[in-house]
Amino acid sequence: MASTIRVRAISNGEVTEVQALIQHPMDTGLVKDAKGDLIPAHFIQQLTFEHNGRTVFLADWGPAVARDPYVKFSFKGAAKGDDLKIAWVDNTGATDTMMAKIQ
Amino acid sequence: MRVRLLLQSGLAALALAIFIQPATAADTPDPAADAKAFRDYFVKKFPKVKLEDFVNGPYSLNEDMRRQWEEKEQFPPYEFALEAGKEMFATPFRNGKTYADCFPNGGIGIRQNYPYFDEKEGKVVTLELALNRCREANGEAPYSYVKDEMASLTAYMAFTSRGKPMDIKVPNDPRALAAYEDGKRHFYTRRGQLNFSCASCHVQSPGERIRAETLAPALGIMNALPIYRSEWSGMGTTSRRLVTCNSQTRAVPLDPQSDEYRDLEYFLSYMSNGLPISGPGARP
Amino acid sequence: MTTDDSLPLSRRLVLKGAGAVALIGLGNLALLPMPAIAAANDKYPENAFKQKSDADAIKALYGRTAEASDKVKLDVPEIAENGSVVPVSVTTTLAGVTSISFFVSENPNALAASYVIPEGTLPHVANRLKMAKTCNVIAIVESEGKLFSATKEVKVTVGGCGG
Repeated sequence: MASTIRVRAISNGEVTEVQALIQHPMDTGLVKDAKGDLIPAHFIQQLTFEHNGRTVFLADWGPAVARDPYVKFSFKGAAKGDDLKIAWVDNTGATDTMMAKIQ
Repeated sequence: MRVRLLLQSGLAALALAIFIQPATAADTPDPAADAKAFRDYFVKKFPKVKLEDFVNGPYSLNEDMRRQWEEKEQFPPYEFALEAGKEMFATPFRNGKTYADCFPNGGIGIRQNYPYFDEKEGKVVTLELALNRCREANGEAPYSYVKDEMASLTAYMAFTSRGKPMDIKVPNDPRALAAYEDGKRHFYTRRGQLNFSCASCHVQSPGERIRAETLAPALGIMNALPIYRSEWSGMGTTSRRLVTCNSQTRAVPLDPQSDEYRDLEYFLSYMSNGLPISGPGARP
Repeated sequence: MTTDDSLPLSRRLVLKGAGAVALIGLGNLALLPMPAIAAANDKYPENAFKQKSDADAIKALYGRTAEASDKVKLDVPEIAENGSVVPVSVTTTLAGVTSISFFVSENPNALAASYVIPEGTLPHVANRLKMAKTCNVIAIVESEGKLFSATKEVKVTVGGCGG
């Protein structure tokens, strides 16, 4: 099954830049569908990035983050070939995880 | 909305005069001359825009919008539709054949040749039409022209042609020339309650705002299709864009892939010959 | 390889507990006990996300107020192309940054996103937010225990909340 997480993690030797794009509707719970019923709130609440078992970035999100959310950040202390673990959990309790290699 | 500008018949007449070549005794269409005049008009109107940049629509004309677009292009929202399209393209039909069997070069890097005039059939064939014909020839149900599957498939095929120059051929065949002229006529004819032609917005007012949207120039407008629109929160086909544009200008839209829309796509794509394919694109 | 592209398309949902299915229909913030993905002190700031105004949300999130600082560089468009996807980023030269967050003043709930910046992570975040209408975007940076902010107005013609 394809992951919902797409990651690009690139190291320049000192700093690793991470971009992530996640497939998720990030529904606010405020929008009505064609029938006039509210589409329930359905959005990622926490997204974590770990390197060597250590959290290097933690995102706390609400429904005002755009659909198919994107985030970019940079951190030090990693090298090409290292693993980066990405995981999210949403307001329904659903989760997804993936491991990416730092390029 | 700059209604007064758009309805000034004087300007409309001027636009028509620029593009419709003086009729010769035989009244033969001259697509090459039309295309050159079309290109020259936009290059003159926007001297600071590089020719190949016109394919980026409103982003070639508005700096603030361009920055937002460039930021999103780093990791574009259409990534998922594109991947879905790649997957779909590679998945065999129930009879074991694939899309690659229907197209030259296995369907890779050929998008810039569509639409083309099919001399046997005597009609214009677009990429969407060709894809559905491929499906039907292999025992599969055709896809809707305005839904996700066709959008994802054409997104992938466009992606394999990114950077290649649009290369539409109008052979010296009276039927091809007639189809070309039909498309051209649709483009310049006013229609609907708002009485706009395609040219009213995309030739006379590119870069200007119509309500909340910034208008794209007609030059290169086909090159970015299919497009991921923020408004749709998803990828949409060329057919969908033509239909919704007609609806939005309060004209009754034609059926997707009707002859006239195919001819319109033929004409507009030919006008953008030489400009690079930039699809799949992202738009507001 | 940085992506897993071997398998079909459907998004994988691992529903934790039968309660999750029942709660989907409620249309409000359905918060279940958070699985221990993050460290214990990185609890989801549920209360802050419930606040309406940016002032209340900042207070709920940090317990104090911020002072404007030109060392917080907030990058937003002048006119959002579409309110449903507005690229917003912030960077700062302040030292010892431990948190960065974004607020959209006229959204139904002002807090949009909050980021924990551990040591070794640079004080720079880019994300894409929804904006309901023309209003201020506020970036807060927590540096050595103090809060600093930058505010910019973004014009929104097509609202991002699905209107």
